[in-house]
Amino acid sequence: MLAYLWMSPLLPLLGSAINALFGAKWPNKFVNLAAIGSTGLSFLCALEAVREFLDSGQVLFRKEFFTWITAGDFRAGFDLQVDQLTVVMVLVVTGVGWLIHIYATGYMAHEGGYYRFFSYLNLFMFFMLILVLAANYVLLFVGWEGVGLSSYLLIGFYFLKKSASDAGKKAFIVNRIGDFGFMLGMFLLFRAFRTLDFQTLFDAQHAAGWPVEAYGQFGTITIACLLLFMGATGKSAQLPLYVWLPDAMEGPTPVSALIHAATMVTAGVYVVARSHILFTHAPTAMLVVAIVGCATAFFAATIGLVQTDIKKVLAYSTVSQLGYMFLACGVGAFTAGIFHLMTHAFFKALLFLAAGSVIHAMGGEQEMSKMGGLGKKVRCTYATMFIATLAIAGIPPFAGFFSKDAILFSSFQSPTGGRVLYAFGLLTALLTAFYMFRLIFLTFSGKPRYDEKKVHVHESPWSMLGPLVVLAILSVIGGWFVLPTFFQGPDYFANFLGPIFGGHESVEAATEAATHQFELILAGVAVAAALIGLAVAYWLYIKRPSKADDLAKSMKPAYTTLLNKYYVDELYAAAVVRPLLWLSTNAFWKATDVAGIDGTVNGIAHGARAIGDGVRHSQSGNTRSYAVWVVVGAIVVLAVIFFWPVASKTALGLVR
Amino acid sequence: MVPTNYYVILSAVLFGLGVFAFIFKRNVITIFMSIELMLNAVNLAFVAFSQALGKLDGQVFVLLVIVDAAADAAVGVGIILLIARNRQPLNVERVDLLKL
Repeated sequence: MLAYLWMSPLLPLLGSAINALFGAKWPNKFVNLAAIGSTGLSFLCALEAVREFLDSGQVLFRKEFFTWITAGDFRAGFDLQVDQLTVVMVLVVTGVGWLIHIYATGYMAHEGGYYRFFSYLNLFMFFMLILVLAANYVLLFVGWEGVGLSSYLLIGFYFLKKSASDAGKKAFIVNRIGDFGFMLGMFLLFRAFRTLDFQTLFDAQHAAGWPVEAYGQFGTITIACLLLFMGATGKSAQLPLYVWLPDAMEGPTPVSALIHAATMVTAGVYVVARSHILFTHAPTAMLVVAIVGCATAFFAATIGLVQTDIKKVLAYSTVSQLGYMFLACGVGAFTAGIFHLMTHAFFKALLFLAAGSVIHAMGGEQEMSKMGGLGKKVRCTYATMFIATLAIAGIPPFAGFFSKDAILFSSFQSPTGGRVLYAFGLLTALLTAFYMFRLIFLTFSGKPRYDEKKVHVHESPWSMLGPLVVLAILSVIGGWFVLPTFFQGPDYFANFLGPIFGGHESVEAATEAATHQFELILAGVAVAAALIGLAVAYWLYIKRPSKADDLAKSMKPAYTTLLNKYYVDELYAAAVVRPLLWLSTNAFWKATDVAGIDGTVNGIAHGARAIGDGVRHSQSGNTRSYAVWVVVGAIVVLAVIFFWPVASKTALGLVR
Repeated sequence: MVPTNYYVILSAVLFGLGVFAFIFKRNVITIFMSIELMLNAVNLAFVAFSQALGKLDGQVFVLLVIVDAAADAAVGVGIILLIARNRQPLNVERVDLLKL
C-alpha cells in the first residue's frame, strides 16, 4: 500500500474535479458522496499506509513517482515520503478533514454553491496532503501555495459580500509576503547545498558535520532558517503577518475549522519542525522563532480578551495557540510543538465546529452580546464545546493540558528558553482560560439577550453533532500519550517522534527524578493559572455580570485599544497599504502606464496620423502641381550632381 | 561650324520655356504643346552631342523620341478630345479626378 501512497492525496483531487465538473447539476446527495467518499477513502488509504509504516519497523519510506523539473544539477520530483512526523500530520489532516467534511454537509445544506464549496474543500485536502507528504522543499511549496489558493477561494466563498472577497484578497496578499521569504530560503538552500531534497539535504548535513552558527552569526543556515520562518509567519499567522487570519473568519465556519484552525495554519509549524536539523544549527534563528511565537501568543491572547464576535475570539485564540507551537519549536522542543499541533487540531476544530453549530442555532448570529442562555437549548453543542474549552484552557486530564504543559516545561527548562518566555507563556495560559470561559459563559449561560420570539433556537442535525462528539472524545483522550510521564513512565509521543527529532531534546532529562518533581510543580502552576483565568471569567460573567462593563469603563483606553486590535490594521494601512496604493496609482498607473506606455504608443499613432495629414495635401490631384514637384526634384538632382564634393561624383560615375 | 554649347544653350532655353509653359498655362492643348517643345529641346541636345562626339547613339535616341512623341500625340489628342467633349472648357485645373 505504501507504494500506492499517491492515492491518498489524489483521491480528494478526484473528488474536487468531479464536483467541479458535474456537481452543479447534481443534487446535494451526489455531491456529498463524491466529497465525503473521496476524503473518507483518502483517510482509509492514510490509515493503511500508516499501518504498513508501523509494521515495517518505522523506517523512512520514500518513493520517487516521477521527475517534475530537472535543470543542471537541480532536480525536483513528485517524491513522497512517510516518516513519523508525516504520520502525525497525515492522520490529523485526513481524519479531522474528513470529520469536518461530514459536518459541512449539515452546515452548508441550505447554502448556494454547495458543490463549489465541496470542490474547494477537497482541493484543499489534496494540497494539504501534498504539503505534508512531500519529500522535497519544491513539492512542499506546491502544496504550500495550493493551500493558500484554496484558503483564498474559501474565505471569499461568499464572494458577493465585499468584506468576504476583501478578506480573501488580504489573506492571499499577506501570505505572498511570507512566501517570498520562503522562496528566497529555498534558493539559498539550493545554492549552498545543491539539493532541496529533505533526505539528501539533512543527511549531507550530518555527514559534513556543519558547525553550529553562534548567536549573532548570520551564516547561510541562519539566514535560510530565518527566510523559511518568514514563510511560516505568513502561513501560520504569526507577528507581524497574522492580520489575515482574523479576517479569514468571513469564510464559512467549517472552513475556519479545517483551514484556519486545524490544518493549514499549522503548515508553518510543520515546516519548522521538518527543517529542525537546519534550525538546530542556527540558534539565532531558534531564538527569533521562540520570541516571535511567545510574543504572538501573548499579543493575540490579549486581543482575544475583548472580542465580541464568537469566531473572532476563536481566531485570535488560534493565532495565540500557534504562537505556543512556535515557542516550543524555538526552544528546541519540536516534539512538544507537534504534540500541541495535534491536540490543537482536535480541540480547535471542535471549538469552531461547535461555534458553527451555535451560529446555526441562532440563525446566523455571531455576536456574543446577542446570545446567552443557550446551554439548555443546545445541550450537545454546549457539552462538546465545554470539553474543548477545558482542553484549550489546559485543565487536566484534557488534551490541551498535556501539550501546553510540555511546551511551558520545555520553555522553562531548555537552555535556549528562559524565565521571560516561560512567564509570558504562563500569562498567556491564564488569558486563554479567561477568554475561552468568557466565550462559554457569554454564549451558553445567563439570560438570553436575543429576541426569543424572532430567533428560533434549534439543535443542529446529527451530521453536525456526530463530528462534534468524535472530536470531543479526541479532545479528551488526545493527550494521553504522555500521561505515563506523570508517573515516571515513558513518553509515548516523544518516543514515537524520537527517530525524527533525535535525542537532543529534554526527553531523557524529564525522566530523572529531580526534574520530574520540578515538572509536576510547573504543571501545577500551569493548572493554577488556568483555574485563575476560569475563576475570573466566572466572577465577571456569571456572578457579577455588571462588573465586566464597569471594568471596561474604568480601563477605557486599554479596553478600546484591545477592541481595536492595537490598531495594527490601521497602522499597516497607514504605513504600507496606503503608500503602496499611492505609489501604484500615481507612479505606476498614471505616470508609467497611462503617460509613459500608453502615451508612447498613442503618441506614435498620432504622430503618424499628423504627418499623413500634412503630406496628404500634396496629393492635390492637380496635374500641374505634380509637374512642379517633378521639376523641383530634377533641380535637386542636378544641384546634387553639380555641387556635391568630388568623391560622390566618382561614386556616381560622373567623373572619369 | 557652330560650337556645340550654342546648341546646348538653345536646347536648355527651349526646355525651360517648355517647363514654364507646362506649369503656368491652363489650356490643355497649350500644355500638350509645351510637352512637345520639351521633347524637341531634348532632341536638339541629343543631335548636337551626337555630332560633337561623332557617334550615332544620340541620333538613334532622337528617332525613339520622335516615335514616342507621335504616340503621345495620338493618345494625348484622344484624351484632349474626350475632355473637350465632357467638360467644355479645356482648363487643366478642373481635371483633378486623381485628387484624394
